Amino acid sequence: MRKTVAFAALVAFGQPALAQEIVAAVIRVDKPGPLPISRLDLMPDDLGFAGGTLGTADNATTGGFMGQTFTTLEVRATPETAEAEMQKLLDAGVRFIVTLADADTTVRLANMGGLVFNAADTSDRLRGADCRANLLHVAPSDAMMTDALAQFLMWKRWDEWFLIEGSHPEDTALADAYRRAATKFGAKITDSRVFEDSGGARRTDSGHVQVQAQMPAFTQRAAAHDIVVAADHAGVFADWLPFHTWDARPVAGSAGLTPANWHPAHEAWGATQWQTRFERQSGRFARDQDFQVWMALRALGEAATRTNSTDPQVLEDYIRSDAFQLAAFKGQALSFRDWDGQLRQPILLASGNVVASVSPQSEYLHQTSQMDTLGIDRAETECRMEGR
Amino acid sequence: MRLIAILALVAGPAQAEKIFVSNEKGNTITVLDGATHEVIHTIEGMQRPRGITASPDGKFLYVCASDDNLVKVYDTATYEELPSLPSGPDPELFVLHPSGNPLYIANEDDNIVTVVDVNTRQVLAEVPVGVEPEGMGVHPDGSIVVNTSETTNMAHMIDTATYEIVANVLVDSRPRFAQYDSDGSHLYVSAEIGGTVSVIDTAKNEIVHKITFDVPGVLPEALQPVGVRLTPDDSKIYVALGPSNRVAVVNGETWEVEEYLLVGQRVWQLGFSPDSKFLYTTNGNSNDISIIDVATNEVVKSVPVGEQPWGVVAVQ
Repeated sequence: MRKTVAFAALVAFGQPALAQEIVAAVIRVDKPGPLPISRLDLMPDDLGFAGGTLGTADNATTGGFMGQTFTTLEVRATPETAEAEMQKLLDAGVRFIVTLADADTTVRLANMGGLVFNAADTSDRLRGADCRANLLHVAPSDAMMTDALAQFLMWKRWDEWFLIEGSHPEDTALADAYRRAATKFGAKITDSRVFEDSGGARRTDSGHVQVQAQMPAFTQRAAAHDIVVAADHAGVFADWLPFHTWDARPVAGSAGLTPANWHPAHEAWGATQWQTRFERQSGRFARDQDFQVWMALRALGEAATRTNSTDPQVLEDYIRSDAFQLAAFKGQALSFRDWDGQLRQPILLASGNVVASVSPQSEYLHQTSQMDTLGIDRAETECRMEGR
Repeated sequence: MRLIAILALVAGPAQAEKIFVSNEKGNTITVLDGATHEVIHTIEGMQRPRGITASPDGKFLYVCASDDNLVKVYDTATYEELPSLPSGPDPELFVLHPSGNPLYIANEDDNIVTVVDVNTRQVLAEVPVGVEPEGMGVHPDGSIVVNTSETTNMAHMIDTATYEIVANVLVDSRPRFAQYDSDGSHLYVSAEIGGTVSVIDTAKNEIVHKITFDVPGVLPEALQPVGVRLTPDDSKIYVALGPSNRVAVVNGETWEVEEYLLVGQRVWQLGFSPDSKFLYTTNGNSNDISIIDVATNEVVKSVPVGEQPWGVVAVQ
């Protein structure tokens, strides 16, 4: 079914009758890997695409008043097939591509052209040394998420951290972001350890028996700390930390109090309406990737409405302009940073079933936007965009 | 029951002004005496009350009970609950036709405006509008009802005779509230995220001005216009500015902001006393209402109400 739809839309490209149509594609690049620790975190089959469906529907409602139509193609790929799939889209004239892929794949796809919206990868290097002029990020960066947590911990006066990081490269990068956040906001990392991934399945029957013995021992004899901060992008151990640490200390970061761009319990600023629409459509709770694909498509829709145009260049120029404002249930207008293409946005701090807080915390001020207290600011960016 | 009614009748001629405040979190309506501004009663038994309005004769109170998916109706004299009105899912804001019937309700979850006959309690029409309909306003002559949609960012002008949309005006991000002036020649639409109030010439359905806000020492993103009210002579426009905890006083002729009044925290909706001498503001994060003297633009008093007050209406 999905293939048929995609094919029909592809055939229709390039015909003048479609002048008022805005075509985008969502390409999800799935890598084989171990399943998450908790079965609650198993990946839904329509992850990201479901947010795209909602974004397209919202755009279509508005487009109905503007005489504009929106089509979104869904493409599933592997790291091996991603470039060929991308080439097909570019050949068909699709200019706007939303990617759900890791950092390396995202860069490879962006190198091929189009205007790429990164809706999944959070790594700082993709906004820094590996940035691209045609790459915008609706997913927040690691630095934004770690700063969001750091601001809250400083507000709590929990400024002594025990940092536990995973052994994967993306874990190290996330731990680096926490080290940077600690320096930026005045916290001290009093102790740090690396949790080695010994491989194997992360879910086993009665796996908790071993964990209950291992985790206290692993966290024993740490220097005095207020809180354990876990940097576990790969999802190997952090979920096991709360209540298993040697010292009675709360856990934050990759478990416990967790920075996130979206959360099914988020209700502020009209978010309930979005949650209800999404859940009615998809029959499940939304994840970050769903929200992020929705934001990417809404950015296109907003540009089309405001410019009353479907010309891809007009839309891209508007999205990058100072006039662009995206309303996305975060209580203020979101826009793209011109120095690295990152969407500035508040970050939720989730604790279990509720959103415990939202950063930036009101005490942290900034000369341009308070949201720029989160992440890499203009003066410190390593992004050097050719041709921009 | 009958006793209460008789008591109310006895008190009839001297029935004083009452202020009704919907408390979104408290699940209550706080009733204040309009003269003393003291809390005299609390109506309970609803879930997540938000939009609140009264019939033109002041006898009936209508409340959007959002989590009940109903419009609750109360007798303003006895506080007796009367049969509810169907509202469609998740009603947030509504507006009554100037004649007192029908009621036009914004259903945020369904992208529709529901039109309900308040006497027969029948749904007369469902009008498809943009994504997340919220603000509702009605032309003083009753010919047009306007809805604002928060994600589509438009004001949709709906013909009240045909239920057809006759015009769409694109405004700034997240339009929350729509208010006509006394002769209906201008429509004011607040945009919470856009930070503006658009002034729409209703003859041409074009924006002729955008009112912007600037308070020294307050973050621009905190200046989020929500509720809008005009004095009966259109000389002053009051705009509630959300998390900046201020109400702007705008000159009705020049559209220049003349003053910012400090009120309670996260001020959303506004309502005049029946004689328009006082303006009441609902301050969601400080659980109170502020009372503004319209002649002097002074905030004369704040009164604690229930948890997270949302909307306010005063009746004689």
